[in-house]
Amino acid sequence: MKFTDTLQETYSALLSNKVRSGLTVLGIVIGIGSVIAMISIGQGAQNSIESNIQALGSNLIIVMPGAQRGVGIQVSSGRGSATTLTNEDATAIEQGVGGVQAVAPDLSSRYQITAKGTNTNTSVDGVTPSYSQVRNITVETGDFISDQNVKSVSRVAVIGPTVRDDLFGEGIDNDSVIGQTIKINKILFTIIGVTKAKGGSGPSSQDDMIFVPLSSAQKLLVGSERLSTISIQAIDQGSMADVQTQVTDLLLQRHNISDPTKADFSIMNQSDIVSSASSITDTLKILLGSIAGISLIVGGIGIMNMMLTTVTERTREIGLRKAIGAKNKDISTQFLTEAIVLTFVGGFLGVLFGWLASLLITKFSSIATQVSSSSILLAFGVSALIGIVFGYYPARRAAGLNPIEALRYE
Amino acid sequence: MIECKNISKTYSDGEVTPVLKNISFKIDDGEFVAIMGPSGSGKSTLMHILGALDTPTSGKYFLDGIDVSTMSDDQLADVRKNKIGFVFQSFNLLSRATVLRNVALPLVYAGIEPLEREERAKKALVQAGLDESRFYHLSNQLSGGQMQRVAIARALVNNPSLILADEPTGNLDTKTGDIVLHTFQTLNQEQKKTIILITHELYVAEHANRIIHIRDGVIIEDKKNDNKRFVHHTHIY
Ligand SMILES: Nc1ncnc2c1ncn2[C@@H]1O[C@H](COP(=O)(O)OP(=O)(O)O)[C@@H](O)[C@H]1O
Ligand SMILES: [Mg+2]
Repeated sequence: MKFTDTLQETYSALLSNKVRSGLTVLGIVIGIGSVIAMISIGQGAQNSIESNIQALGSNLIIVMPGAQRGVGIQVSSGRGSATTLTNEDATAIEQGVGGVQAVAPDLSSRYQITAKGTNTNTSVDGVTPSYSQVRNITVETGDFISDQNVKSVSRVAVIGPTVRDDLFGEGIDNDSVIGQTIKINKILFTIIGVTKAKGGSGPSSQDDMIFVPLSSAQKLLVGSERLSTISIQAIDQGSMADVQTQVTDLLLQRHNISDPTKADFSIMNQSDIVSSASSITDTLKILLGSIAGISLIVGGIGIMNMMLTTVTERTREIGLRKAIGAKNKDISTQFLTEAIVLTFVGGFLGVLFGWLASLLITKFSSIATQVSSSSILLAFGVSALIGIVFGYYPARRAAGLNPIEALRYE
Repeated sequence: MIECKNISKTYSDGEVTPVLKNISFKIDDGEFVAIMGPSGSGKSTLMHILGALDTPTSGKYFLDGIDVSTMSDDQLADVRKNKIGFVFQSFNLLSRATVLRNVALPLVYAGIEPLEREERAKKALVQAGLDESRFYHLSNQLSGGQMQRVAIARALVNNPSLILADEPTGNLDTKTGDIVLHTFQTLNQEQKKTIILITHELYVAEHANRIIHIRDGVIIEDKKNDNKRFVHHTHIY
């Protein structure tokens, strides 16, 4: 029997019971569609978390005051009571630790900001020039904080694009913002630069920030010499572990602490953050995927149920086909093809449906989704596989029917 | 040519039931034979063996000189495809398919191209005496007599050496039954087809040229039919 004839037979068999075929396909559509949608949610979550982490900078080690804390605590809000990190610590690290590319101490705090009648509340970060390199910040217009600014305790500020929009209204161009003054905690600062948008949202977004010279933050705003974090950039990925141990030893020694468990600071490196975050998103993906997988299995059982019913209903037809010369293989191929065509149609519609669902999720909620081509391929593969697995038994049963019994069947 | 040598068939699911006992006969090409006997005498069982749907428990069955009695399932399927046409009491048409598609179905399994299939199906339908206006009807829109002629066309389409009809008039009234019997007679006389007609009615059997009478799985009589009935054309239309 030719393949085109098999398809022709399949086509007329499936169309002869449109409602039943349709409902069976629906089961697969829902299964495949939810797999696509669920995986797209998981993938989207993973992407946005990873890009947030990458936006922090590369080969980054962060030292914070206070006892060891877990991952997930905002690294930019160092408003803790501990005041154990100082400018001298930062200098000592820069001079005494090998394998360090740059060191960027900073002090951040939230303040009320006003400019010509508008005001906003945002995080103000006192930094040194190296901060832009270490934390991967690019200035779009104007300049970043310079050494001269830090030395002379200048009242200058570099603002993020979100702050610019909040204070001066959306759509304003950067050039007209440069040179304007804003009041941070009632002290006048002149804007010298605007950073490039990095994307990402939430309180840790680096677009919603104001940078001022570290000395200005310490002397004019906070009134204390403390630091909220010291960000260290290692020269490469391989030297991070070594840098981390050296920094720990150095700080323990400088703070006169002999028992490392009693350290008054904590150290995190970027790969810790990435790996713990991706283990969370992996779990999320597996969870979502398996929920969807269950509905796919239910759809597959639907296929099997329909095929078994079909085989029973068409017993006489099977007997007749055998009587006129169909081999067992012709019969099993025909029923298997019916099952695979059902699941394939279901898989195709399911991909469309899942894609649509993930677009709608992105549009109407804040959850980012991403439909990957691998999940589409996976869905097609899985749907064909389901057709084969759940169609195999009914097809075998049809092929194994004794033609004489089948012809006699009422 | 058909040759049965000491064919026995015993069903042994649970209890042992001997259905055919030591059956031997020969049928030459172009014969029109009726196998007649009461219900339960083993006629259908014999037909299944003659039609290569089943194999005998013992004995030999030669079809055109080939031993069919020991073949595998797939080999039997090939024999049915190439040499045999079946006509059943209950027609066994695909109800949602057109007449032409029903008739062409055996050619699908024989791997014939669609255009040739249609041509041959039409030719077979003409031979079976179905009016051309019905060719594209769905088979469940036909009358019983028309359905049986579609089934006869399906049996003819592969150009088989043997046509087996098991109670072909069983579901038809006398008049349409006569039409079907007339079709067989015409096919035998004009196309020289070998036809085996299975029936429990003497009236039906008497349309054949030879009657093999079986009872309880044994042949009790095998002779030429001396008072052959003819269905006349005028009678039918
Ligand atoms: N598969 C089977 N298993 C057991 N007995 C069977 C089977 N098929 C037929 N028989 C028995 O064989 C006998 C002959 O049946 P059958 O050939 O159908 O008779 P007929 O067609 O002459 O009416 C019957 O007694 C029937 O019960
Ligand atoms: Mg019978």
